[in-house]
Formats: sequence, C-alpha cells, structure tokens
Amino acid sequence: MANSNCKTPNWWEQRFGPGMGEFLRHKTVPVTRHIIWYYLGGMTLFLFIIQVLTGILLLLYYRPTPNDAFESVQYIMTQVRFGWLIRSVHSWSANLMIFTAFAHMFSVYFLKAYRKPRELTWLSGMLLLFIVLGFGFSGYLLPWNTLSFFATKVGTEMAGSIPGIGKWLLVFLRGGQEVTGATLTRFFGFHVAVLPGLATLLLLIHLLLVQRLGMSVPPSVERAIAEGRTPQRSMPFFPNFLLRDAIGWYAALGVLGGLAAIFPWELGTKADPFAAAPAGIRPEWYFLFAFQSLKYLPAKILLLEGEFAGVLGFGLAALVWTLVPFLDRRAGSGAVSRFFTGLGVFVIGYIIVLSVLALR
Amino acid sequence: MKYSMTFIAVMFFSLHSALAAPPKDTCITCHSALEGDLAKPAKLFEGDVHHQAGLSCADCHGGDPNDESMEAMSRVKGFRAAPKKNQTPDFCARCHSDAAYMHRFNPQMRVDQLSQYLTSIHGKRLKQGDSKVAACVDCHGVHNILPASDTRSTVYPANVAATCSHCHSDPAYMKAYKIPTDQAARYQKSVHAETLAQGDTSSPTCSTCHGNHGATPPGVSSVASVCGTCHVFFAQLFEKSPHQAAFAKLGLPGCVQCHSNHEIVRPTDAWVGSAPQSVCITCHAPGDKGYTAAQAMSADLAKLNSSLARAENVLDVAERAGMEVSGAKLELADANEALVKARVNIHTFDDSAVRKLTDSGVEIAAKSYQAGVAALRERDYRRKGLGIALIAIVLAISGLYLKIRQME
Repeated sequence: MANSNCKTPNWWEQRFGPGMGEFLRHKTVPVTRHIIWYYLGGMTLFLFIIQVLTGILLLLYYRPTPNDAFESVQYIMTQVRFGWLIRSVHSWSANLMIFTAFAHMFSVYFLKAYRKPRELTWLSGMLLLFIVLGFGFSGYLLPWNTLSFFATKVGTEMAGSIPGIGKWLLVFLRGGQEVTGATLTRFFGFHVAVLPGLATLLLLIHLLLVQRLGMSVPPSVERAIAEGRTPQRSMPFFPNFLLRDAIGWYAALGVLGGLAAIFPWELGTKADPFAAAPAGIRPEWYFLFAFQSLKYLPAKILLLEGEFAGVLGFGLAALVWTLVPFLDRRAGSGAVSRFFTGLGVFVIGYIIVLSVLALR
Repeated sequence: MKYSMTFIAVMFFSLHSALAAPPKDTCITCHSALEGDLAKPAKLFEGDVHHQAGLSCADCHGGDPNDESMEAMSRVKGFRAAPKKNQTPDFCARCHSDAAYMHRFNPQMRVDQLSQYLTSIHGKRLKQGDSKVAACVDCHGVHNILPASDTRSTVYPANVAATCSHCHSDPAYMKAYKIPTDQAARYQKSVHAETLAQGDTSSPTCSTCHGNHGATPPGVSSVASVCGTCHVFFAQLFEKSPHQAAFAKLGLPGCVQCHSNHEIVRPTDAWVGSAPQSVCITCHAPGDKGYTAAQAMSADLAKLNSSLARAENVLDVAERAGMEVSGAKLELADANEALVKARVNIHTFDDSAVRKLTDSGVEIAAKSYQAGVAALRERDYRRKGLGIALIAIVLAISGLYLKIRQME
C-alpha cells in the first residue's frame, strides 16, 4: 500500500528531482546584529543585473568609433525613446554598483567572513571587485567625450610607467602609442565581451561557494553563542530573506530612477585628440585616492621612478589585501585579530582622506 | 726626457690659448676701463643686436680695434665719431640701405628704412634743420639696440606707444608743433590698447596706422583706407554706402567720424538709433531718411538681441536641469553669427540689408527657444513619471513589508 503522506512531485521535481526545492526550503541565513551588511552582496548583484540589461539596450544604438561614439550616445540621450533613462540608469547604476561592491568587501573584511573555510569566496569576490573596476575604467571612455578621453590617457600612462612591461602594457591597452579609435574599439571589446565573460564565470563560482559554505557568522557572535550570552538565531532564505532583499532592490530602483530623472548623466563635449587637456582633469571617484597619492610622490624614490613606485605600492597593497585570509591566522582560529581590524580602519580612512583631498 | 715633455706641454697649451682667444677689440678694452659717458657704450654694447650679430664698434665708427694707442681713433685709421642728429639717418643707412650687406644677416630684412624716413614728417623736418624730431636713435636707442621682436625693445609692439609718447605726450616739447599731446592717453583707453595688453601683438599701435619709418598722420580722405587694412569688410561696405559720398562732400573723415581716432572704444548697439548715446543723431535729425533708417536698424538689432537672450535663458535653464540641449545651443550660434553680420552691415547704412540678417537670426533663435521649451516640458514629464514610479515602488515595498510581517 502506498504511503498516503507521500507528496506528488511537482513539474520541476518531476524533471530535475527534489534538489532545488529542498535546497530553498532548508537554506537559512544567520540572524545577528550585523545582518544589515548581509544585504550588500545581493544589492551588488541586483545592480550588476541592471547593468547587463541597460548595457544590452545601449548596444542597440551605440557605435564604437571615434567619429560615431559621441554622436550615438547623444542620439540615445535625445532621440531614442527613454534612451536618456537607460543611459543615465546605466551610468548611475555603475557607480552605485562600485560603491556597494566596496561596501560589501569592507563589511566582509570587518566581520572576518573571509576566515576558514571561506578563503576562496573572498578570493573570487576580490577578483570580481577588480573586474568591476575594469568595467568602470573601460566604460568611462566609451562616450568619447573630452573628460573620458584625457582621463584614459592619464590612466594608461600610469600603466606605461611600469618598467619592463610598461611599454608593452600601454600599447596593449591603447592598441598603439596614443589613445585613438583603436583604444576605443579595444575598450569596447573589454567592456562588452571580455569582462562580462570573466565576471559571469567568477560570479557563478562566488555564488556557488556562498551557497555551499553558507553565510558566515562573525567571530564575536560565535563566541557569544558559545558562551550562552546570545541564542543562535536564523531565518529561512526563501522567502523571508529574499523578500527583505527585494525591498532593498525596489529602493535601489527608486534611487536610480530619481537620479536619472533629476540628475541625468552628463555627456560633456566630444573628445578632440588635438586639443590641450582641460584643467583639473581627474579620474572617476573610485580611482581618486590612487590618483591623489601618485601626485604627492617625488620624482624619484630610492632608485625607482616615483610614479612606478606608487603603482608598484598599490599593486603590492592590493595583493596583500587579496591574500588576507591566508595572512590573518588569528581570525582563522576564531581569535580576535586587532591588527587586521586596525589595518582595515586605516585603509578606509586613507581612501576617504585622499579622495576628499583630490576633490578640493 | 722629462724637460722635453714639459716643453711640448707648454707649447701645446700656448698654441691652444692663442687659437682659442677672442679677436682683439681695443675699443671695448679701453672704454670699459673708463668712467661715465665714455664707459657707457662699451657696457651697453654687450646686449646690442649688432654685437650679437658679430659686429664691433669699428664696424660703425671705423678706426683700428687692434691698435692699443690713441692712433686707433685717428682719421688716418678711418675713425668716425658719434654722428650729429641730422647725420644719424645716413650713418645707419650705410649698412641698412645696403641690401647685399644686410641680407648676409637676414635675407628677409627690409632696406628701405631711410627712403621711407625721408618721406615722413620727421624726416622732412630733420632735412629742414629741426633737430627736435625723431631720428633712428630716438626710437631704437643707441648701443643697446634690440630687435623689434624682443619684448624689451623700445619698438616691440607693446612698447611702441610708450616710445612715441616720450615726445608726443610732452606738452613743453611739442608746444612749437601745435598738435595735441593726449594721443597716448586716449589710445590707452581704446580697444586696440586693451587687446594689445592682453598679448595680441597684431593689435594696432601708433606705427600700425601712422607707419613707422615713414610716419605721417593719415589725411581725412585716407582714414577709411588705413582702418580698412585690417577692417576690410567694414571698409568695403562703407565705400558702397551713401555715407562715402556725403562724408567726402562735407570733408568728414570716414571711420573716425563715429569711432574717433585714438580712443577707439568697443562699439555697442546703442550707438545706432535715435537714443542719446547714438552717434547717428550727431548728423541726422528727426524726419530725415538717415534718422528713420537708424531707428529701424536699432529696433531690428534690439529684436534679435532680445530673441537671443530669451533662447539662451531657456536653454541654460534646461541645461542646468541636466537636459541634453547641445544641438539647440549649436544652432543658436548661427543666430549669434547673424547678429555679428547684422552689426557689420550697419556700415551699409541700409536698414533693409540689416533687417534681412536680423530676421534670419530671429527665426533661428525662435527655433532654439522652442527646443529649450520642449526640453523643459520633457524635464517635467520625466519628473512626473518619476513621481508615479516612486509611488508604485513605495506601494510595492509596503506590500513586501506587510507580507513579511504577516509571515513572521
């Protein structure tokens, strides 16, 4: 006799088995006083999806040549129905995504969520952050306006200051010695093919690791639970956490719409490669701290060119930051690691102070 | 062996020193050791353009620069003392009028300075024995002469007015000539002095209109030609205008009649018409044809100005609101160009020619204004759309919040 409690499998389960449904029913999210930070990853993912969708729509009209790029964006902004909205949302969302990606990275850092066994989640996240910065750098040039043209010139010159591979890297990035149409085509290729491919792959790995290892509970909370000072609490991911996520996404959509309608993203003037660089040229806000730091460096540091020393310093700092899960052994064993917390505070302070100085 | 090597070394260095030593110039050596006015030429000559070109004192004054005795300055050695004022032009012209000689230094250099000078009022008076007038050294200096392209030169464009005013602004010095001495002061208020001070060395200074070596005041009949060398279109339009014949008949100078001569200030649209600032009413009276035409041109300019201001204003508001109006702004530049052309065509003194241009400008400005209004409408539409979208988003968020509360 068949068991009367046995539930008939639904359409999905008939084809793919009970895996996904079971997974969603049993996936939980720890509830701690730090839960607000848990939404930043989902928010970054949401903004990335917005980027993909608006980017595809922009591709319908954008033409990546020096003669047409500026005019095609101008056409999108003025002639295409809701083109202004799509382009402004794409630009604002890009900036918000970089902000939330940084915020997500720092929240993971301070909550020590990178500690064992989530080292690979941190590594894939850091690589995603670098890719996001690459999206910002390559996308900035695409409207081919004066500011983006000269900012790209300065940015690629920095890469060219690296001894040995600098010249090769500069030519690789620019597609020649100067920023020209070849650079535009190349950056377009990076922006719409190379980087999205890499980002999708890394994103899948990152999400897979998050699902596989679950969300981290901060060491301080773990200790409190172990000592009985606080109960261990959690909530179902679906639908409780996801609905909360959705509230944040709706709010982000409202903010994006507001920014696009009230502060449409400026187009500027068309780039003129033969014109002098305008005064006060500077990169996007997320590169300001590095740009300002390089300005303070002397022409020579020991035997190295000042600019190269700066680029090398930032490269090493980024490498150390990426390898933090392997360096912070105290956090790995659940102990308090004040040094790395202090380092994080210093890095945030450094970024804020240098960025403010660059804006003055 | 040791002594032989020392001897060879001494000989080598002696020979080297003899070959490397500059040519002997006893003029500089002796005059540098003197005091007062006799030392001055030797000290000044160091920076002089002639010294830079490799010339020595003897190239102008003759004598023997190798002779260390006073014989160097004897007539036998061809010595020529400092020339008197009336001898100066010929003294300088010995080289400066010699094309074969001058082109060794600069193939582009003119050699007609003396012949020009002799046609000038300065040259003519000097010939008549007036030693107060300017000759070469009065403008160029002596022994410290710099090329005209050197910013320190007395004849560098930005310094010419000061050089001329050295004599021409001195009432006591100019008293005998019975000519005004306020030209430099008035010139300093002009648009020409303003642009020259801003670094535009093509801006006119005294010598641009009066000539340099052939300096002479332009006569009443030639003023339009002088101004027309730069202001070509204005001069051509004026020549075809009814004012050309009328001014000639009345003996009035062309451009200067309305624009003045030295104090040429930036003209405004208020100069045209019948308002108190107008220059037209200095000759025309109510009821005459010119007065009516002036009123019509003034009204047309005012109409285009107000159309432009209205369009610029609405486009600026739209631009500040983040709207993309660069295309409309570019079109408005054509209307501004029409205004410039209309202002130039004032010199036809034909109100219908001016109206044709102002009307085209007004039409373009009206289109730009409409583009600005459309941009502001679009801005309002976007904001209304945003409002509706935000209401929908707030409702969705409220629904989600209630659902979460219901579940938990």
